[in-house]
Amino acid sequence: MARNNEDNERYRIFTRRALLLGGGQVALLSALVGRMYYLQVLEADRYATLAEENRINLKLLAPRRGRIFDRFGVPLAANQQNFRVMLLRENTDDLEATLAALGQIVEVRERELKRVRREIGRKRSFVPITVRENLSWEELARVELHSPNLPGISIEVGETRRYPYGASMAHVLGYVAAVSEQELTGDRLLELPGFRIGKNGIERQHDHLLRGKAGTSQVEVNAYGRIIRELSRSEGEPGREPVLTLDVGLQNFVHQRLMSERSAAAVVLDIETGDVLALTSVPSFDPSAFNIGLTTEQWNALMGNPLHPLINKSVSGTFAPGSTFKMTVALAALEMGIGADQRAFCPGFKKLGRSRFHCWKKYGHGWLDMRGGIQQSCDVYFYELAHKVGIDRISDMAMRLGLGAQVGIDLPHERAGTVPTRAWKLATIGEPWQGGETLVTGIGQGFLLTTPLQLAVMAARLASGRQVTPRLTRGFLGDSEPEVDTTEPLFEELGVKDASLKVIHEAMDAVSNHPRGTAYRYRIEEEEQQLAGKTGTAQVRRISLAERATGVVKNEDMPWRFRDHGLFVCFAPVQQPRYACAVVVEHGGGSGAAAPVARDIILEAQRRRSAERPVVPLIAVAPAPRRV
Amino acid sequence: MSLASQTRGPVSLGQKLWQINWGLVFVVAMAGGIGLAMLYSAANGSFDPWASRQAVRFAIGFAFMLIAALIDIRLWLRYAYLIYFATLALLVAVEISGTIGMGAQRWIDLKFIKLQPSEIMKVAMVLALARHFNGLSNEDIRRPLYLIVPLALVLAPAVLVLKQPDLGTAVMLLMVAGAVFFAAGVMLWKFGVLLALGVAAVPIGWNFLHEYQRLRVLTFLTPENDPQGSGYHILQSKIALGSGGMFGKGFMEGTQSHLNFLPEKQTDFIFTMLAEEWGMVGGLVLLGLYVLILAYGFAIALRSRNHFGRILAVGLTANFFLYVFINIAMVMGLIPVVGVPLPLISYGGTALLTVMLSLGLIMCVYVHRDRRISRLGLSEDAG
Repeated sequence: MARNNEDNERYRIFTRRALLLGGGQVALLSALVGRMYYLQVLEADRYATLAEENRINLKLLAPRRGRIFDRFGVPLAANQQNFRVMLLRENTDDLEATLAALGQIVEVRERELKRVRREIGRKRSFVPITVRENLSWEELARVELHSPNLPGISIEVGETRRYPYGASMAHVLGYVAAVSEQELTGDRLLELPGFRIGKNGIERQHDHLLRGKAGTSQVEVNAYGRIIRELSRSEGEPGREPVLTLDVGLQNFVHQRLMSERSAAAVVLDIETGDVLALTSVPSFDPSAFNIGLTTEQWNALMGNPLHPLINKSVSGTFAPGSTFKMTVALAALEMGIGADQRAFCPGFKKLGRSRFHCWKKYGHGWLDMRGGIQQSCDVYFYELAHKVGIDRISDMAMRLGLGAQVGIDLPHERAGTVPTRAWKLATIGEPWQGGETLVTGIGQGFLLTTPLQLAVMAARLASGRQVTPRLTRGFLGDSEPEVDTTEPLFEELGVKDASLKVIHEAMDAVSNHPRGTAYRYRIEEEEQQLAGKTGTAQVRRISLAERATGVVKNEDMPWRFRDHGLFVCFAPVQQPRYACAVVVEHGGGSGAAAPVARDIILEAQRRRSAERPVVPLIAVAPAPRRV
Repeated sequence: MSLASQTRGPVSLGQKLWQINWGLVFVVAMAGGIGLAMLYSAANGSFDPWASRQAVRFAIGFAFMLIAALIDIRLWLRYAYLIYFATLALLVAVEISGTIGMGAQRWIDLKFIKLQPSEIMKVAMVLALARHFNGLSNEDIRRPLYLIVPLALVLAPAVLVLKQPDLGTAVMLLMVAGAVFFAAGVMLWKFGVLLALGVAAVPIGWNFLHEYQRLRVLTFLTPENDPQGSGYHILQSKIALGSGGMFGKGFMEGTQSHLNFLPEKQTDFIFTMLAEEWGMVGGLVLLGLYVLILAYGFAIALRSRNHFGRILAVGLTANFFLYVFINIAMVMGLIPVVGVPLPLISYGGTALLTVMLSLGLIMCVYVHRDRRISRLGLSEDAG
């Protein structure tokens, strides 16, 4: 019994403690249930969101970049199919064997192979890696044919920008290139691999419209980022397609013509509409090189070139207008009441205070009236005239003719140039205006700086007497045509007297078509196509007294960078001006370098009837590029 | 009583089978079925590679369970120490081969199963402790000297397992032992002393922890610091659980598990997957089955007329509870990540066999509930 009692005692303790254990377990399991309730009921929404964020990835679909057309619908920038060789690591057992087999079929550079091996080390095995781009048709066919022996290799079609006219269009169109760190805005489209944005020219000016809108694809991904399936897809919008005012035929001609010079720029305008028919700058560059990616040497060569091939000198280069400015002074004089018969004597120089201001003709022109002053480009005549007119009226007229401020062309990096005024000098230099500076300004030197585009605008305004404003983009394909009343001139009047303009026109006509005109050698002989122009020479160095004494060094004998700039502005035909043109030949040695170029260009513009032929309607569907 | 009379003479196999607690067997089979369904889902709707193999193991384990239930409880008593020391020897063997071989090794490869001695030790230790406490009187238990042997029985395997290193199993061994000591009637203040000693040993023990174990503890304490690293598993597990909501995403529809955001979904994190696909309702159903098994365990312990059986049943029930609690608390982010499987559900051979064996032993206690056993280990007549 004692043993039984003892066992009963043991059992009593055991029972109590077993129940305690059981109670403890119940308490702990209740804690689990509470936790479950917290996670799965109270916090369920939050975790459901997190699970969706885990699972769903929004993939952007790159839109097609809009093409760019000239005024007649010729594509200037298009998208070309780019066949790429892709490698999928997980589909090949022997990577090196596959790469070796591929190397037998198409050329793969050692540098590319190194990059491929590097990327393979970094990326997951289901992420395709680009091995080669821009396959030719023949190479493409070979890879397709050998595909059974190339495990893991596949062909992918992408798009790459193509510029059929290359260097001749490079400054206007600009180029596209990969997005740089600084250009990232948080827009995820920019982060797409291989995405290109416009870096200059029209490609940059209209970049946002050209890009289009990205489509999205909702995909389900697993924990490693592999795409399991597509949940939904919304196609984006392809980019807008601008139609430019350029005539690519004329543009090519101008570019070819300028190539005879080391560094030059030219602009051709339609006086009636302000359409830029051609706008070039040489030397130029290959825009496709930027798309593919420049090597360091290529980049350094472009940047180190003293001729600045990357700069569009038509809008970004500034030059003293030289004698091409004289019409401005003359017009200011006419408008203030000075008659065209105002005469002045040119002995070869003018004295003002203790300074002597020289004419380009050492022994002088003798007596001249205003027409003669322009026709023979007499400096002394314009010293006298400028002295009478004063700087305020000169700069005011210069600005009315489009100088001294951006003309507002739809291109990046347009420079404003300089038209000096008293206030301007005080503000920038801190000194009051000097009388001698008025004289120098009178012959287009001194502080004056203009772009070739501004000079073309000036020529167009002088020709028409209207506020011609240039444009480079006519519109976008698909837009409705802007309603224009063709019976009325497009632009407002300048507000100068017709009689004054007539004097200017006669004088410019004489420059080119009178035997004593400075550009008579470079006239157009064809009837109805004759031009009226004005030569200009912009001095880039100061001629010292000593040098004048011993004889001015001839341009040909100087190093290139010290030679004078040659300028020429003109319009044609003389009777009914339609085309305006400005040419600047950097360090061309004088106006003789620019005048023949301008003559050839404006003649070609008339022959091609660049401005007169009907343009492509905006609603027209441009010819689609060849598709495979 | 007819049942009592049966204990006197030899009992036929059929009669014994009749004695098995078939209600418990049914609950175990249900839990196993849920486990197989989850493994089928984990393999994206395929019996390969987990569900089919686990089904075979479950069948083998089921047979083991029934056999263990039918073996005379006196045999278990007699061979308790033998089983314990054999398992301890296996642990030492693993330790040695692990030292010779490369890195940590926890199993012996028996071709059809990778045997983890540390898992078997959980049962073997309870058997040994039950035998020891069966032989002690109330007075004996009050004497500290009598606790030296059972403490040695616990600490020897615990240290070996900790050295493997397997922190989770070592802690589990200690906690099971604690439950057994408690149920056997060890004075409460002695637990206080041991607990104080244990707390004092924490800084020392910290130094013995492996780097990854320390990391796990630190990660548990501040999971937000490292969402992509060590805290990733727990975070993803919580997302999976929470996004399952009340009724779940549906069988085989769990995005977290099927898109591999959830790690180890077929083993340690299988509860998460179940709760993601079947929601809180599914989790409660499984918890309900576990509670039933635990309730059977306690009822059987209380019903047993021999102290060996009582201690054995309570110890094994506590062991089963710890599996459930540690695993589920871990996947819900309540305790650090430790490698403890969910009993009857997780993929894995040894754990399943061990759990089935322990359930078999609990049934054995039930089958032999009226067998009286003296402190010396001899059976006595009833009455």
